[in-house]
Amino acid sequence: MSMQFWVVQAFNGLSYGALLFLLGSGLSLIFGVMRIVNLSHGSYFLLGGYVALSVIWTTGSWVLAIPVAALAIAFIGLLMERIFLRPLGFDPLRQVLLTVGFAFLFQQAALDIWSGNNFDITPPAALTRSVEAGGMYFPLYRAFMIATALVIGLGLWLAMEKTRIGAAVRATVDDAQMARGVGIDTSRISMFIFALGAFLAALGGVIGGGFLGVYPGLDFEILPLAFAVVIIGGMGSLGGAAIGALMVGLADNFGKALFPEVSYFTLYAPMALILAIKPTGLFGRE
Amino acid sequence: MSERAMTSNQTKILAVLAALVAVAIVVPNTNSFLILLATRALAFSILVMSLDILLGYTGLASLGQAAYLGVGAYLTAILATKYQFGLGYDFWLVLLFGIMVGGALAAVFGLLAIRASGVYFLMITLALGQCVWGLAYRWNSLTGGDNGINLRQRPKFGAIDLSNEVAFFFLVFVIFCISLGLMYTLVRSPFGRSLAGIRERELRMKILGYNTWLHKYIAFIIAGAFGGLSGVLWAHTAGIVSPINIELTNSVDALLMAVLGGAGTLVGGVIGSFIVFGLREYLSTLVPWWQYVLGIIYVLTILFLPTGLMGIPERIRQRRARNGNAGKPKQLAPAATS
Amino acid sequence: MATDATPNASSESALPALELKGLSKSFGGLHAVRGVTFKLMPGDRKAIIGPNGAGKTTLFNLITGIFPSSSGQVLLYGRDVTAWSSHRRTALGMARTFQVTHLFPKLTVLDNVLLAIKGLRPSKYVMWRFMSSYPDVYEKAHGLLERAQFMDRKDTEVRFLSHGEQRQLEIVLGLASDPKILLLDEPAAGLSSGESVEMSEFLQGLDPKLAILLIEHDMDVVFDVASNISVLHFGEMLESGPAEQIRQSAKVREIYLGTE
Ligand SMILES: Nc1ncnc2c1ncn2[C@@H]1O[C@H](COP(=O)(O)OP(=O)(O)O)[C@@H](O)[C@H]1O
Ligand SMILES: [Mg+2]
Repeated sequence: MSMQFWVVQAFNGLSYGALLFLLGSGLSLIFGVMRIVNLSHGSYFLLGGYVALSVIWTTGSWVLAIPVAALAIAFIGLLMERIFLRPLGFDPLRQVLLTVGFAFLFQQAALDIWSGNNFDITPPAALTRSVEAGGMYFPLYRAFMIATALVIGLGLWLAMEKTRIGAAVRATVDDAQMARGVGIDTSRISMFIFALGAFLAALGGVIGGGFLGVYPGLDFEILPLAFAVVIIGGMGSLGGAAIGALMVGLADNFGKALFPEVSYFTLYAPMALILAIKPTGLFGRE
Repeated sequence: MSERAMTSNQTKILAVLAALVAVAIVVPNTNSFLILLATRALAFSILVMSLDILLGYTGLASLGQAAYLGVGAYLTAILATKYQFGLGYDFWLVLLFGIMVGGALAAVFGLLAIRASGVYFLMITLALGQCVWGLAYRWNSLTGGDNGINLRQRPKFGAIDLSNEVAFFFLVFVIFCISLGLMYTLVRSPFGRSLAGIRERELRMKILGYNTWLHKYIAFIIAGAFGGLSGVLWAHTAGIVSPINIELTNSVDALLMAVLGGAGTLVGGVIGSFIVFGLREYLSTLVPWWQYVLGIIYVLTILFLPTGLMGIPERIRQRRARNGNAGKPKQLAPAATS
Repeated sequence: MATDATPNASSESALPALELKGLSKSFGGLHAVRGVTFKLMPGDRKAIIGPNGAGKTTLFNLITGIFPSSSGQVLLYGRDVTAWSSHRRTALGMARTFQVTHLFPKLTVLDNVLLAIKGLRPSKYVMWRFMSSYPDVYEKAHGLLERAQFMDRKDTEVRFLSHGEQRQLEIVLGLASDPKILLLDEPAAGLSSGESVEMSEFLQGLDPKLAILLIEHDMDVVFDVASNISVLHFGEMLESGPAEQIRQSAKVREIYLGTE
């Protein structure tokens, strides 16, 4: 294996990890705050891509598509949490099943609205070029994915560490009951986090659309990867999600390149092992 | 009081037997589309019932049950296409191997999964199911990768050719009935009752002298074995085995069928399976929006019928008996106290 | 194995049924139980008292193996069971009840008792016969339920029972395995004074060979049932002795009885 192989694969893995971070960080926060395993998280990702396509088709603006899609899906997430999940109270299994029911509904709605065709989201021409460095070509779009994840990750981290609402979220992740005891409105925190998670997933969907495409079935294809991120990183931990996303992105790329026959196995088997040994994930708090 | 409980139980058994007889009489006299539909639903409901042993009786929500169907189905397909094995009387051996491979896989996975509970169990079974899916999807030389494996023929027992739909339907039907009988005996047995105790309060069971880990582990293996069995039947029912059979959505389907019919009732899962297969394969030929119906049924069931369709008579009875004094809504399968 | 598991009768009478040696447990920085040393002989009736948070329930959890201990030993009939899991300790003849009711809420009263009886029988693993094909188990369950006057409610789901009935069923479940040691964690908690008296009479009527260790706040129940009392305070065994002596102890009055 040449040096080039390693550099290119690492770069690809890194950029894929960036995408998975957008998807996984929201899932992780939702689990941390509400103990809900949100199985419609992949649907948010896919719907984000579809909404962005519609915006692009009508306005021609890719830049506009990103916030519109993310906000639209955040609103859907918010409604889901308020109207359906909240009234169930604390009943994780029923909540999980409910998110599956919604995933099916979203699947059908997407099929009706956007047909069963495969689409690509074409980013502006400026981002489709490649830059050459040391005899290797790096697609600028992948660099853009990494940059976006870095900016979002940094923003989230600052919000969690420096703002009052961030402190309230952290307190809720640590111990929801205690948080309620000291006067934190955990119901509002849940709503906020659910919407934020949907926002991040949809953002990932738009950006991933220029790279993975947008097609029926992507929702349940990407979902297990998001879980791998959360499990490896630890549930409810932002830094963990970043590390998890990086590891999954790299493992996925190198796995496919080095041992294609068992590549998914090499991804999910460690995930199962980690869960068996430490249920809260590698970097999760007990 | 005890006599009333007894008779209500006997009524239930009679109702199930009557339904089975009706299925055996009605289905073969319909068209080949409906016969195949019923065969699929029956083969898959063995998987759903196996999941119900975990979900409804033990309180463990598994999100990877399709893996056991998958290994049973792949085993059948690989033996049939690569080795021409299992296409005659040796089919019965394949059935046995399917049960064994499902149980063996569960014996390995159970070592990792059984320690966890609640949503953690859900996630770890998801991860384990994805391991099997990943192998099926990628291990081209063995599994045919994305395309899967086509089974070109069904077994023949002398003059009986199972490519005849009615003959095959009866084979699946009989195996289904035996499975139902075995699982029903299991859940009524001392071991089965111990699972219910674990579901209700695991700590008390430990203090009463039960090795609850072992009980859950054994239940997990049994569920896996029945999953493998359903896979063998599924392979010949569908005629093709592919990674789709192990996908997360397939495990999710099984879970929702069990919940729709009523977790902890066995036959509820069968009803759920028939409803979902019916909607999916019959309604979809009539209207394009069939999946909305399915999605809305799921959502409404979870919101308003936590005990599933099988819980309706009980709810009506309770409402009548304790008019106005409505109890708390039941939980599906309360996680063991931490 | 079998001879190993049940020491012969002569040595059994000489050995304490339950012995604790320097048993300690800390949760992080909190020392809930500190160096408790204690003996319970077969047939003994002893009580542990102490204010809320003294570590009484934690002590029971250590004895029954729900938590691993931080240091010290638990011995049952002379055997060191400190590293054993709960179900193996139970098999040596120990049973307990919980301060917070731990029943099977969605099973009937009868099913609760059946599970309790089966707990120590190898047939608990049988999966090819109905539970109802074990008449001896049903007979025994009926006997237990009759003694506790539960026969008329045997088909009621436990979650529909009153608090007092649930407390009583806790004890029935504890007795179902014919234990030689019974640990009772505040059996009278939440009972009316009339119910407490009934509970106390029920406990006094139990087989005199049964060793009982009782945690209780209701001092009437304690003095009726136990001949010997130990006082736990901040996880430490402050004082132990005959009931009368503890009743007179100034120190105990100060920290515990004084608060009444
Ligand atoms: N699982 C646990 N984790 C942390 N602290 C505990 C746990 N169980 C009990 N404690 C603490 O140990 C102390 C003793 O509790 P406990 O044994 O329940 O007291 P008692 O039964 O005497 O009222 C209390 O301060 C309690 O908060
Ligand atoms: Mg206590």
